[in-house]
Amino acid sequence: MGIVSPGFFGRRRRDDPALPPGQYLTESFPVLSAGPTPRIGPDEWEFTITTETGQVHRWSWDEFLALPQEDVTEDIHCVTSWSKLGTTWRGVSLDTLFESVESDCEFTMAHSYGGYTTNVPLEDLLGGKAWIAHEFDGAALEPEHGGPARLLVPHLYFWKSAKWVRGLELLRQDEPGFWESNGYHMYGDPWREERYW
Amino acid sequence: MTGDLDRYDYLDGNAAAGPLSEIFAIDVLSARGRCAACGRTDAMATARLLPHSHGLLLRCPGCSAILLRLVDTGHSVCLDLHGLSFLELRRQQNGSQPNPPQPT
Repeated sequence: MGIVSPGFFGRRRRDDPALPPGQYLTESFPVLSAGPTPRIGPDEWEFTITTETGQVHRWSWDEFLALPQEDVTEDIHCVTSWSKLGTTWRGVSLDTLFESVESDCEFTMAHSYGGYTTNVPLEDLLGGKAWIAHEFDGAALEPEHGGPARLLVPHLYFWKSAKWVRGLELLRQDEPGFWESNGYHMYGDPWREERYW
Repeated sequence: MTGDLDRYDYLDGNAAAGPLSEIFAIDVLSARGRCAACGRTDAMATARLLPHSHGLLLRCPGCSAILLRLVDTGHSVCLDLHGLSFLELRRQQNGSQPNPPQPT
């Protein structure tokens, strides 16, 4: 036993292999927001995927809910160092939404109601790794957490899981989104602590 | 990002005093800034700041457009001022300031 006690720093990775480096466990669901919360009703909500040729694939709220739904349980990791394990969501897999989309692009930009953007490589959205989620913990997703629907890409830091998502734009080259253009990492892998440039 | 200014909790710009005083030699919050989006010109201290954000954002109290973004990465500070089309930084008026240069 060492002379100096490591002290108490909360429940860190050393105690829980599900926590990436530098993260601590939280039971709450902190709300981080860069601006006013958009209030989008079902009548005005739509989700689009826009290809490099300008072709727009569009879903209304009812069309979106009519797609095959998936219930997923995932750990989420915020770049501000909190992690929340075993969160439960319901939504539509991006694999389902991209079924009818033809594109040669490797990158995407997520666009949100309110103007937020974040970049995610296309391969990180496919293969059962990402969803458009509209329920959290068995209830409709609250506006403060991105409702009516948010992007859910749980294997990347949570700023990539854009709240209030309204569409994905396919890009031939990677481009920085809102936070990525001012200090935050272009990719954001929590297991490699890719927080900043 | 824009939205209904009355529907979110915010602090005034003075909440940004600590991080800004670390990188500016003068008090930026007492400076007058003009919003590049709507043209409103006011003291930067009147800007609005959301306390729970990934980085420090000052928003226009008139239209909620972003005036200033600051992200501290630990090894650097990233500052984005593209939301300001004008910033008036006033020299302090006291006896300790040197006299302005005189024409010769």
